[in-house]
Amino acid sequence: MAAKFDTPELFENIAVIDPPPKYEEGAMAHSRPFVAKPAHNEGIGYPGELVDNWEEKAVTRLGELVDGSRALRTFLDSCVKCGACTDKCHYFLGTKDPKNMPVARQDLLRSIYRRYYTFAGKHFPKLVGARDMDKSVLDEWYSYFHQCSQCRRCSVFCPYGIDTAEISMAAREIMDSVGLGQKYCNEILAKVHVVGNNLGLPEPALADTLEGLEEDVEEDTGVAIRFPLDVKGADVLLITPSADFFAEPHIDGLIGYAKVFHQAGISWTLSSYASEAANFSMFIGSGDNLKKVAMRIRDAAIDLGVKRIIVGECGHAWRVAYSFWNTLAGPFDFLDPKYPAPQHIVEFTYDLIQRGALNLDKEANDHRRITFHDSCNVARASRMGDMPGGQFILPREVIKAAANNFFDMAPETIHENTFCCGGGGGLLTDDLMELRVKGAMPRMQALKQVVDDHDVNTLVAICAICKTQFAKTLPYYNNPMSMITSLHHVVGDAIQLGTKE
Amino acid sequence: MALEVGGKTVETDEEGYLENRDEWNMDIAKAIAEAENLDMTDNHWEVVNFLREYYDEYQIAPAVRVLTKAIGKKLGKDKGNSKYLYELFPYGPAKQACKIAGLPKPTGCV
Repeated sequence: MAAKFDTPELFENIAVIDPPPKYEEGAMAHSRPFVAKPAHNEGIGYPGELVDNWEEKAVTRLGELVDGSRALRTFLDSCVKCGACTDKCHYFLGTKDPKNMPVARQDLLRSIYRRYYTFAGKHFPKLVGARDMDKSVLDEWYSYFHQCSQCRRCSVFCPYGIDTAEISMAAREIMDSVGLGQKYCNEILAKVHVVGNNLGLPEPALADTLEGLEEDVEEDTGVAIRFPLDVKGADVLLITPSADFFAEPHIDGLIGYAKVFHQAGISWTLSSYASEAANFSMFIGSGDNLKKVAMRIRDAAIDLGVKRIIVGECGHAWRVAYSFWNTLAGPFDFLDPKYPAPQHIVEFTYDLIQRGALNLDKEANDHRRITFHDSCNVARASRMGDMPGGQFILPREVIKAAANNFFDMAPETIHENTFCCGGGGGLLTDDLMELRVKGAMPRMQALKQVVDDHDVNTLVAICAICKTQFAKTLPYYNNPMSMITSLHHVVGDAIQLGTKE
Repeated sequence: MALEVGGKTVETDEEGYLENRDEWNMDIAKAIAEAENLDMTDNHWEVVNFLREYYDEYQIAPAVRVLTKAIGKKLGKDKGNSKYLYELFPYGPAKQACKIAGLPKPTGCV
């Protein structure tokens, strides 16, 4: 277990800590997630252990990456050290470690890029902050590139639009390519390739879990709501994070989706082959794995003969689906062109509400005073609906259609300015608990304001990582674990079953 | 890492989960629980035993709902909820109880 640490203090009557905290050099230098075992690395196509000549190979891989991505090269070339990003990272605000300032994190990779791939760095390294690739650099990379959740908040404030997430993904890909992987991400990805989901939940267990849910929901509501698995010819294939089958409050969201499908009278199915929306390949910057995981979903959709694919409440999955699926696993011309491919479950529910296809009793949620946490990958890397900012508007409109009491957090902490939950980007692991608790601080500070001002008692999110992260970290900030729930839990509680179907 | 129980050494991973679940026995479970500052009562054992039975059948720990339902049936409906399970296993029924039951840690966004 990790050493004891202090939970950051929250302040009264403010949404964001300003001025930012005074920095503490090396405050998080000890933070280092468990290293992947050889089987984990080999399972996803990387060397099992640190290879011979890794210094040279890492530099070569960096060269390949900048040659293959003009974006990455531009991000490494264009920083002017203006300082706009320095106080924008939740991990800096929560840990005070100056290496968690986005510019400093970028410089960990930039200094190597300069040394080997720029004229000035090759000839006058000391003048331009260029460093040789050595063990101390690798250790620093391993520590601090696992203190970035790739949430992209810093890039919103960078005048050049430098995306630290891309730099952090590249650094992790380089480390993986020389045999230094992170256990949490790599073990999980290896499981997806074999079993089909992050949990390693095999088909019989999934079928048993869904059967049990059907019994529970019928007992609770008196209505036989189905949770179909591997049903050929269903209209919709639902791709949702496997946490929705396993954990709380995720499963309440899954029950909500099922109630929506039930009342709308639309046939749907889950797939035991593609039983995972998450694609951790993005977190480790691995294009090959990204494609392989995405292809499972295409294959399942074709095999089941569905007309539509809908993605459940998972933040980075929606980024991968919305932004990358077509390139990775497209074209999706076998789906019904009348519907967006893919479609987010929130878009689906929103459309049904607009068409009057759902009977929602807002009073069923009167015990809830709700605020909404924009998940980073949905907010800053995707869209919903057909209007700009739809990814902010639709979830809120769905909540307001299902509940009477809604209160937004301060504007500088929501929409594109949203703070990461503190557990994104492949960091949702117990060995990083100190980082997670400290990284949650900016969100907890903004939350405290609406709790104090409006008696908010419910925090809604549409991301499996956010939900687990908050369930774990809310108690550190004196809030109950049960405060966090799924958006479709709120919807599901409001649906008046038996009034439409 | 390793755990010493009754003069025997069993291998564990970095977080104390058994490397080989066939080595599990009640003494090992008690030793793991002790390291977690847990006093094993009969109700703790009900949970641990159910986890092991479920794992034998499905090669995975049960979902929280499956677990709460099973415990509700065994110990009474008032105990068939995650609040009760958290009282038994403060670090979370899924992870802490799995560790004591000698099962691998559930992975993913949980």
